[in-house]
Formats: sequence, structure tokens, C-alpha cells
Amino acid sequence: MKALAYALILAAALVSSARARDNEETRVVEIVAKRFEFTPSTLSLKKGETVRLRVRSEDVTHGLFLRTLKIDTDIVPGETREVAVTPETAGTFTAICHHFCGSGHGGMKLTVVVE
Amino acid sequence: MRDPSTDRRTFLKIAGASIGAGALFHVAPLLASTAEGRRIASLLGRQNGEAPKPFSFVQLSDTHVGFSGPPNPTGTAAFEKAIQTINALPQQPDLVLFSGDLTHESEKPGEHADRMRLFRKLVGNVQAPVVRMVPGEHDAGLDGGALYRDAFGESHYSFDHKGVHFVALDNVSGGRPNVGPEQLAWLKKDLSRFPATAPIVVFTHRPLFDLRPDWEWFTGDGDEVLNLLSPYENVTVLYGHIHRHHEHTEGHIAHYAARSLIFAFPDPEAGVPKKPVPFDKDRPFANLGVRVVGESAEARPRVNDVELVLAEHAGTVGVQQFLKKGVSL
Repeated sequence: MKALAYALILAAALVSSARARDNEETRVVEIVAKRFEFTPSTLSLKKGETVRLRVRSEDVTHGLFLRTLKIDTDIVPGETREVAVTPETAGTFTAICHHFCGSGHGGMKLTVVVE
Repeated sequence: MRDPSTDRRTFLKIAGASIGAGALFHVAPLLASTAEGRRIASLLGRQNGEAPKPFSFVQLSDTHVGFSGPPNPTGTAAFEKAIQTINALPQQPDLVLFSGDLTHESEKPGEHADRMRLFRKLVGNVQAPVVRMVPGEHDAGLDGGALYRDAFGESHYSFDHKGVHFVALDNVSGGRPNVGPEQLAWLKKDLSRFPATAPIVVFTHRPLFDLRPDWEWFTGDGDEVLNLLSPYENVTVLYGHIHRHHEHTEGHIAHYAARSLIFAFPDPEAGVPKKPVPFDKDRPFANLGVRVVGESAEARPRVNDVELVLAEHAGTVGVQQFLKKGVSL
């Protein structure tokens, strides 16, 4: 019984360690949303590479949406949201703010280049 | 004795045409014109609770009252012209439906409310007896629809008119392009009292299908709305938002977008950026919902004076369902 408990603890430690290593190795890109632009305005990704997008707002609630990469999140002031993406197709895509944020909302875009 | 020249499938059409001011829809124009039509109407009435009677209605969209800028420096001129055009029709429509973006947002204190008041004042000139509307994101996207509801009432609702069930859906007030679980539950309950043959017209702001998601021309949970509508065999969806005419059929549900009354957006398949079509001072109403091409001496446009730009809309073909079920007509 004791041996089983040790085995479970060891397994959990190994999994946790592997996850931590993965997280350390995954590239993180910070994206700031602010009326009516994203910074940076262009994002360069590699096909097959997992990247964590860490997004936050400097003013009102925004959104980040790109169906091709399954990105669909609100960006609420005071909160940081993380979205993991792994592009499977090369190309140039347009992510948009899809939470109405004012008169320049329609032009709030982020270009995503996947190579 | 049946009239052999009559095509049964035309009986329940919701037929539409641009009248130079949004789109004019005729519901079941043949139902009262022949003995067979009257017999079919009676049969549908027994099935659906009320027999459809012929009537017409107009859809207007995206008036953006308060907008000012290079894409259209004439303000509400096109909107006012549209109202004149409708009022001058030889036969008044029963309903005028607005599919959102009635006003352009403003964050200056009191200004957006003023724009809603101006919209109400202008709409007060419409002679048609019933005017109904839904919000667009420019009306309701910044405050969750609070100001809109103060000015115009609930942002989603339904009503029946002469045998047709109309459903107003709000896919803007949450900020994101969504209808939301609460409204979906309401819609499911609202539709539950109808048989599959009931003619249903949904009007909303954003397209319920993925027209151009990277231009925000979609509704995130639109597929859930369409799933709720799909058991019904005679559904027509009217929407705005895209500032141009568009027709789309998915399954047996027909979707139609009306032009804007402020400026047009380009063809989403033309490979050009999403920017307003430039204003042409020599043709201030070009590409808008106002396309009057001629006026009579009395300054009242007649049917032949108004450019017809759409083919018939075959939105409902309910009679086929009776034929499939072996009901004797």
C-alpha cells in the first residue's frame, strides 16, 4: 500500500515536472489591446509551433478572434488571458477585436503571419 | 376543380424585391387570388393556428443616425428619402422592420440618446401602421443595450402577423457577436407552439452564418440558432450589418441582407479591404437602400418607376410539405 502511494507521488511529480518544462519551452507572446489597435500589430508564428498568447487590455473590454487558429477570447481590463495556438496552415490571417469597443472598432486588427 | 396553370409551390412564397428603399416583401401574394389558393390558406390555417393572408412589409437597415464623415456627408438624407419612397407606395406595407444600427454611437454625454430621439422622430413619419426594430452593435454594443431598451423596448421578442410568425433576435447587446444561452432558451420556447409548416421570419442584425468572420460578419452561436430553426420548413432570415445586398441559402433556410442607408461596404469576395465605398456627390444614394430611378409627375414613384434589383425570394415553400405528407389539397 505504501509502495503504491510512493509510486503515485513519483508519477505526479514527473508529470508536473514535464508540464513545467513544456511551459518553459513554449514561446509566450504578449499582446496589448487598446482602442483601436493591438500591439504588436503583426504576429509571426511558425507552422506546428505552439505559442502562448498572453493578452490584456489597457482600457475597455476588447476581444481577440481568429477562427482559423481557434482564437476566441474576451480581453477584460485588469485581467490577463492566455490562449495557446498551434498553427497548422501557413499563410497570412487577420485576427479581429470582436467585442464592440467604440467608433474605431471595425478597424482593430492583428495580422498573423504563419510560415 | 384546380386551376392547372397554378404552381402550388408559389403559394407560400415570401417574395421580395428592392423597391428603392430597403426591400419590399410580399407574403403569399397568390393566396387570395384563386379558389385553390384560398383552399390551401384554409388548410395552413388549420395546421398553424392562423391562415396566412396576403400582405407586404419593408426591411430597412443601418441608418446610423448621427454618423458624419467622408463616406456620407449627407447625414440622414438617404433615410428620409427612404421614408418618402415607402410612404409614396401605391399600397402601404403592413410593417416596416429595421434590422439594426439605427443610430451611430457617441460617448459624449447625452448625444447617443439624442440620436435615438432623432431616429424616433424620423420614424414617426412612416405611414405604415407597425414599425419594429432590433439593435445593432452601434446602438447597443457599448452599454449592453440599456439605452436602446429605454428608447425602443425589448431587444428580442416575437409577434404574429396574418399567419406569419416574426422573431426579433438580438445578436449585439452582449458586446460580442452572440445571441447567448438565455435568448436561445427563449427562442426554443417561443417556437415550440408552432407546427413545422408555420411561416417564420427572423430579423436580426448580424448574419447568423459565417459570411466573412474576419470582417466580423458572423454570429458566434448562429449555428445554435439555425439548429433551433431547422425543424421549421418555412424560415426566412433578414439581417443587416454588412451594408450591402446579399442572398444565401443554407439547408432550407433563406438569408437576405438589406442595403444600408448611410454607406456601402465592398463585395466580401472582391479581395479588397473592408472600407466604406467612397461617397459620390453626383450619386449620393448610390449603393444605398435608396434607388429610386424615376418619379411620376405627381412625385409619387409608381411600381414601374422604381428599380427592381432582386429576383423573387423563394423563402417558403410550405405547400410541398403537405404534398410530401400525402395531404389532399
